[in-house]
This record gives sequence, structure tokens and C-alpha cells, in this order.
Amino acid sequence: MPAHVQPLKVYFGVFLALMAFTALTVSAAFVNLGPANTFVALGIAAAKATLVILYFMHVKGNTKLVPVVILSGLFFLFLLFLFLAADYGTRGWLGVPGR
Amino acid sequence: MASDAHGTPLGADAAEHGHGAGLAHHFDSYEQQKDSATLGMWTFLVTEILFFGGLFAAYGVYRSLYPEAFRASSHTLSIQLGTFNTVVLIASSLTMALAVRGGQTGKGKLAAALLVLTLILGSVFLVVKGFEYHEKFVEHHVPGASFHFEGPDALHAQLFFSLYFLMTGLHALHMVIGIVLVAYVAKRAWGGAYTPENHNFLEGTGLYWHFVDLVWIFLFPLLYLIGRH
Repeated sequence: MPAHVQPLKVYFGVFLALMAFTALTVSAAFVNLGPANTFVALGIAAAKATLVILYFMHVKGNTKLVPVVILSGLFFLFLLFLFLAADYGTRGWLGVPGR
Repeated sequence: MASDAHGTPLGADAAEHGHGAGLAHHFDSYEQQKDSATLGMWTFLVTEILFFGGLFAAYGVYRSLYPEAFRASSHTLSIQLGTFNTVVLIASSLTMALAVRGGQTGKGKLAAALLVLTLILGSVFLVVKGFEYHEKFVEHHVPGASFHFEGPDALHAQLFFSLYFLMTGLHALHMVIGIVLVAYVAKRAWGGAYTPENHNFLEGTGLYWHFVDLVWIFLFPLLYLIGRH
């Protein structure tokens, strides 16, 4: 068997973890955490995404170039969110309509 | 018989250079060929991440501007159907991952069966999505001239539903493409096209399918689970 084949228990373990996270995110939505609700939901989604990427998409144990490509893409996504937040977050600071 | 640019039959060419079937001439080894295919697929997926990222950014802006409209609109979506579809899609990712493993271990028939299971689960997802869309049309929650919304800030509730249809619609389009790919790969896998050395097309299709799952993992809480407390 080639070295890069993951044991079956890894796949089923990841699946069970994803199911548990799904149950957790639905339950957490019904608890009032204030503004933290959104961040809890996004944190759980990010954890689920990381599991899928590392184990289902075989990024763990693959060539190191793959995470470089993914992270460079995520960096540009971060820039998009950052500058949008800087723009919309500071509108109205000057007290001039439309600025 | 197929031949290369110099008119040499590919089979003879392979024998001369000592590389086996399924290894393209311009690669030194199966490993290099696989790494190239994986890297190429991920480069494409990164463009897809940025493509959907623009929609998530629009969602973020409008949700921060009109939180009440988004909260009220989100409440009209069925949390049961959304959760059911999340489970179905994650299960389809599992069967897809196991199908790729079947390709890695040379079990083509098992891979084909798991791929058929994957496309059945994918179809279930789309059918449920269809029922959800139907309900939105019946309730006049589709943005446009006949839009009607009882909750607060009906004008900006249209923004939520526009983003809802755009994001889930684009996601569903990716699923349709994925299902066609999976059907094709299942047929090839059944015919024994994938070997432990070269199952790159199967692996690439798997990456695409998991990406579609990833998008849903973020769509589900952002569309269905806002302000439920």
C-alpha cells in the first residue's frame, strides 16, 4: 500500500467530528452570546473547513507547495475583508454626509 | 494507435523511455505528475475561493448595515432543512473521500459504487434545495416586483434574499457541475481507468466536490443561523 493512503479510521473520525461540529453550531445558535454568536459560528465553520482541507482533501502529507498556494489565496481574501471593514467601519467619522 | 507529435506510437515511446502507461511524457515520475495535478487543481480552487469570497464580503457589508433585516429574513429559512442538507453534504464528502481512497488502493469497482452514492447524496441535497426555493416563491420572498415581507425593514430584507439566492444558487450550480463530473468519473472508475499510480482525475474531482462542501459549511451558519436566540 502506498505511503500516502490514510487509514479508514481517519476518514470516519473526521466525519464524526464534522457531525459533532454541525450539532454544536446549531445548538450554539440558540444560546444568546451577544455579538459573539457570529464569531462562534464562524470559528466552528473554520474548524470544520480545516478538517475537510487537511484530511479529506489530503493537504496534510502532500507537497508543501499546496498550503502555500491556499494561504496566499486566503491572504488576498483577508485583504478584501480588511479594506472593506476599514471603509465601511469609518464612514461617518468626518460628520460629512456621504464621506 | 495513438501517436505523439513525431509520429511515434505512444506505446512504443513509453517502452523506449521506460515509463509506464498513464505517465505523460513531460513528467519524470508519477509523483511529479500527481503533485502537478494537485497544485493545478488547488490554484483553480483558490480562484473559486476568491470568487465566492466577493459574495461573502458583500454579505458582511450588508449584514453590518442592516442587522435587523438580516435577522428577520434568516428566520424565514427552515433550520431543519438546512441542517438536514448540511448532514447530507458532509456525508457525500465522506463517500467521495472514500472513493478517492478506493482509487489510491486500486479498487475501481468500490470507487465507482462510492461515487454513485456521492452523486445520489448530492442529488438529495439539490432536491431539498428545490423544495426550499419553491417555498420562497410561494411566500413571495423572492426579490423583485412581487416581493412581500411582513418583518421589519422589508426593503433591506430583499438584500438578504438576493444574497441568499445568489450564494445558494451559485453553490447549487457548482453541485450540478460536480454531479456531472462524478458521474463521468464513476463510469471511468468502473472501467478500471484509475490505478494507484495515476488516479489524478478522480482525485481532482474529489477536491472540487470537497470545495463545494466547504462553501456550504460557511453558507449554512451565515444564512440559516442568524439571531435564533
